[in-house]
Amino acid sequence: MRMIRCFVPGLLLCLLIGLVPFAQAQNDDAAGQALLEALAVSSYEAKGEAIESIITSGDERSRRWLDELLDGKLQRHKDTGRFVIVLENRGRNWPVIDALSFEEAGEMSRRDLDRIGINNALRGQLQSALAVLDLYTDDVDDRRDAARELLGSVDAAMVEPLRELIGSEDDAEVRRLLEQGLAIHRLNEGDIEAIAELEGSLNSRVRAALNSATQSDDPLVADAASAALLDIEQKLRINSGLETLYFGLSLGSVLVLAAIGLAITFGVMGVINMAHGELIMLGAYTTWGMQQLLPGQPGLSLVLAIPAGFAVAALAGIAIERGVIQFLKGRPLETLLATFGVSLILQQLVRTVISPLNRTVVSPEWMSGSLMINEGLSLTLNRLFVLGFALVVFACLMLVMRRTRLGLEVRAVTQNRAMARAMGIRATRVDIMTFALGSGVAGLAGVALSQLTNVGPNLGQNYIIDSFMVVVFGGVGNLWGTLVAGLSLGVINQVLEPWVGAVLAKIVVLVFIILFIQKRPRGLFPQKGRAAEG
Amino acid sequence: MSFLSSLADRDRVFDFLVPATSPVDVRHGPILYLEDVTVTFDGFRALDSLNLTIDDGELRCIIGPNGAGKTTMMDIITGKTRPDSGSVWFGSRHNLLAMNEPDIASLGIGRKFQKPTVFEALSVFENLELAMAADKRILPTLTARMSGESRDRIEEVLETIGLIELRHDPAGILSHGQKQWLEIGMLLMQRPRLLLVDEPVAGMTEQEMERTAELLTGLAGKGKQSVVVVEHDMGFVRSIARTVTVLHQGSVLAEGSMDQVASDPKVIEVYLGADPAEEVA
Amino acid sequence: MWLSRPFRERSTQLFLGVLLAALAAVTFLNLALPADNPFHVSTYTVTLLGKYLSYALLAVAVDLVWGYLGILSLGHGAFFALGGYAMGMYLMRQIGDRGTYGDPVLPDFMVFLDWDSLPWYWLGFDMPWFAFLMVILAPGLLALVFGFLAFRSRVTGVYLSIITQAMTFALMLAFFRNEMGFGGNNGLTDFRELLSFDLRSDATRLGLFIATGIALALGYVICRAIVASKLGRVSVATRDAEARTRFLGYRVERFQLFVFVVSAMLAGVAGALYVPQVGIINPSEFSPIFSIEVVLWVALGGRGTLYGAVIGAILVNYAKTVFTGVMPDAWLFALGGLFVLVTVFLPKGIAGLLGYRFRGHRFKGRHSKRRSSAPDTSTSDTSTSGTREATA
Repeated sequence: MRMIRCFVPGLLLCLLIGLVPFAQAQNDDAAGQALLEALAVSSYEAKGEAIESIITSGDERSRRWLDELLDGKLQRHKDTGRFVIVLENRGRNWPVIDALSFEEAGEMSRRDLDRIGINNALRGQLQSALAVLDLYTDDVDDRRDAARELLGSVDAAMVEPLRELIGSEDDAEVRRLLEQGLAIHRLNEGDIEAIAELEGSLNSRVRAALNSATQSDDPLVADAASAALLDIEQKLRINSGLETLYFGLSLGSVLVLAAIGLAITFGVMGVINMAHGELIMLGAYTTWGMQQLLPGQPGLSLVLAIPAGFAVAALAGIAIERGVIQFLKGRPLETLLATFGVSLILQQLVRTVISPLNRTVVSPEWMSGSLMINEGLSLTLNRLFVLGFALVVFACLMLVMRRTRLGLEVRAVTQNRAMARAMGIRATRVDIMTFALGSGVAGLAGVALSQLTNVGPNLGQNYIIDSFMVVVFGGVGNLWGTLVAGLSLGVINQVLEPWVGAVLAKIVVLVFIILFIQKRPRGLFPQKGRAAEG
Repeated sequence: MSFLSSLADRDRVFDFLVPATSPVDVRHGPILYLEDVTVTFDGFRALDSLNLTIDDGELRCIIGPNGAGKTTMMDIITGKTRPDSGSVWFGSRHNLLAMNEPDIASLGIGRKFQKPTVFEALSVFENLELAMAADKRILPTLTARMSGESRDRIEEVLETIGLIELRHDPAGILSHGQKQWLEIGMLLMQRPRLLLVDEPVAGMTEQEMERTAELLTGLAGKGKQSVVVVEHDMGFVRSIARTVTVLHQGSVLAEGSMDQVASDPKVIEVYLGADPAEEVA
Repeated sequence: MWLSRPFRERSTQLFLGVLLAALAAVTFLNLALPADNPFHVSTYTVTLLGKYLSYALLAVAVDLVWGYLGILSLGHGAFFALGGYAMGMYLMRQIGDRGTYGDPVLPDFMVFLDWDSLPWYWLGFDMPWFAFLMVILAPGLLALVFGFLAFRSRVTGVYLSIITQAMTFALMLAFFRNEMGFGGNNGLTDFRELLSFDLRSDATRLGLFIATGIALALGYVICRAIVASKLGRVSVATRDAEARTRFLGYRVERFQLFVFVVSAMLAGVAGALYVPQVGIINPSEFSPIFSIEVVLWVALGGRGTLYGAVIGAILVNYAKTVFTGVMPDAWLFALGGLFVLVTVFLPKGIAGLLGYRFRGHRFKGRHSKRRSSAPDTSTSDTSTSGTREATA
């Protein structure tokens, strides 16, 4: 099978370059039917040969046939022997087109159709054949993908045509990939020089080629390949380290977003708000609601959801403060219980009013996809956005607390309530504003979270314990501490995950924090002084 | 005023005036010895190389403006706060910096807080019961039964602090002055070698102050218990003081008799020409 | 003897009287009346009541630490669940070869996971005495280690509440894992017999109900004895002014640890009695929401009274049974509303409504005793500990 696989693309290349002139104008239906007929056999080996003859036929329709064959859409009518291409394989009757004329052929019952099955070896053969075909398309990205696909499957027959192709190719990346493909071929032939060209590539096929070269009979080649491989592995380790760091920071930024609002209500006001998670949930649902209002415009609705999410959560926060918390001043444990009750009510409210099921929030196009740093490392854009968003929110909060009148008043009330009141600060108003601010930030966290996970009634619950851990770990009343704690806990979690698995990593982090609090009860960055004592 | 009449009766020594046998070694003079103690909170020096020596049996008054470090000093002695540097010795044998609060308390240092802190949910009687010198480990506490002797002692102290009628009421209902007395009573039950008394007469009437003054001087007068009093009320300090120490910005500004201290120009400057900002701090 | 002290208290006599009368009444109504009599209590109801009683014991344990020591534990569900798992492991071993896979030693889920031998921590659980010991020791040990660390570094107040919650959350995650060897998601179930009594028979169920009632009575008496002792007063002192208590020479952290461990053990016993009646133990008992719900029972009944915890546990769970039967969606609204209402409007709970002011009845008791001729009974004899106090 492997023989065929190497052989076919080479032949195809020769054909396409025009070295084999007999391949023109064989588009008549009888020949096509014969070519396809050859596929309808049970032996995979025979099928491979049939594919080969389709390719060498030079038939213009072969490209489409191979595509559909790969997709499993090329099928044969059991009774008539007619070949069709299934357009949509849902329901009982499938719309089809004729495989020879590509004209619509109505619907056929799926019971009457026979799929032409392929196995993995054939799939590989098809893919590289298609890749060769793709090397001639106009789209640069397709050509790059095709060239990448060819790595490791270049054979002797392909060398010459590929050389010519490189000469006429404008895109440097495609040229580089083709060169690498050739180099792998040369390496397989025992050419030690080829290793230099492959050095530093992170492509897995290049690595596979080098790997097999280390088993080479020529000790020089084997050594050089090992050295190159070592170098690549080094690079890969750095890459995977960076990737872990990125995922860690991403998780950390989520934690920071979830916890920073809590750092204000708990850290600054000393109010334990167990409904904080549900405020996050409200923010996420606001994003979802915004998308329902503006269907088809995920970008705009997401941007609008930022102020809306803030407002909704802030208003809910004010309601909680006025309705419950103000009656429980100076009784933190009772506040904890009462707000927990509020969280149950909010959850159930969402379940009853909207749905107990998860809702999906569509990401706008500019947030999907990923940013490719190199072949081994790409950063998903939505996570990058959330990370940036978390930092922006943090910076804004810092500004509010440090530079505005509200921030000054909040700090004054925190330090000495009676004195602040005596100086004309309306402490009750400050309480409301602070709580609204902290709650609003929770809403923002919800908006961000809606881009990473599904939105459901339990969304907030999953973050409340983590958020408290972050605040306590960072040191209560210290926004910087929350930032550092959130990011570092995220990274720690991601570093542990490959070793022990996701659940155990979480357990380890929890236990770590529990132990850490024993050692430093006031967190990473404790507040000092008499006010913090007792 | 049974207390006053009993004070006049010098033949009899109160139970609570006899200090508990404590291993403290005072053969070399001072019972409390602070050297070069420095504490900083976020850059603010609450104590700045403070040196202080209290002799066995002495009654010492400590005065100073707000923020002079008086309460911090008591926190250091009782183990609540750890200093950045310096050493604190109880007698010549016990390094207080190496001990925690309960150890220090059982060693014989009792403390009355600035804000009267009594156990409000417990009765006056129970407050004194808890303060009583006893085996304070867990199982003995669980199985403890009150002996007639202990009961008598509590009653005696109740008599002294004038709360005998209120003994079964929760301490939470007491007035501010009564709480002060209850706390002094708790100190007496502990029978400490060294009493640290923070603002004992705040919120007391003139008459109550007089009684407190007599009680404190009576305690220290026998040369068996040492008393350190921190107080703002100059009249009260003058009525009991033999030696007065003035603290300012975390260290000793002046020391001597009340008259000496009162005529010290540095002290006058601190008290009269004080920078308003420091008053707030 | 310090344990006998509670029996002299009016409130304890009343509580025990009511409890034992209720036990007797239910037993009578279940056994003596025919099934078609309107006053007949079905075995189903008996088991339900037994479940409430085990919850009540858990609530008493929570009240001991919250009401008298000021420690709001949001992780007592973990001790309850550990006790339950210890009992569950014993019951699993009793199934023997009657499981689906018929393995004489391995429980079904282990066979399913292709384990070829029992993990070491399952050894010994076929012996009832060992299992029952572990019911007390496992939660006690967890409380000892956790409490030692927490109290030594003086983690109190909301911090302690939060980390107890984190503790039970971490345990829940751990017990969800199949690799832990506790049946993962499904937990332990399909029990057959306890001490060779068939768990499905009516007599065993009634017996379990009575045993739970007696355990509740004993647990109540133990807590009451602790509370009425000098140690109880030290606890209250710690609750109200921790620093002051230290300055009196009490090693506060040890007292906290002692009471916390006792409470955890009681919670473990409650869990062990719960499991055979409900027929299953799974990681959801570790969930933070369950632990916090227990706190609500105590808050509703009235913290710092012990009997209030019992009232609260039974009331809330009865309401839960009714609500989830009639309109399941409304239950979380009701529960959430209860949290808010109790904390805002009823800080002393139902016990407060009943007119027993916070510890007030105790003071009244003292006064009446003083008026009677003899001095306080606890002081009339000079026991050894008394003389030690006097000479100390």
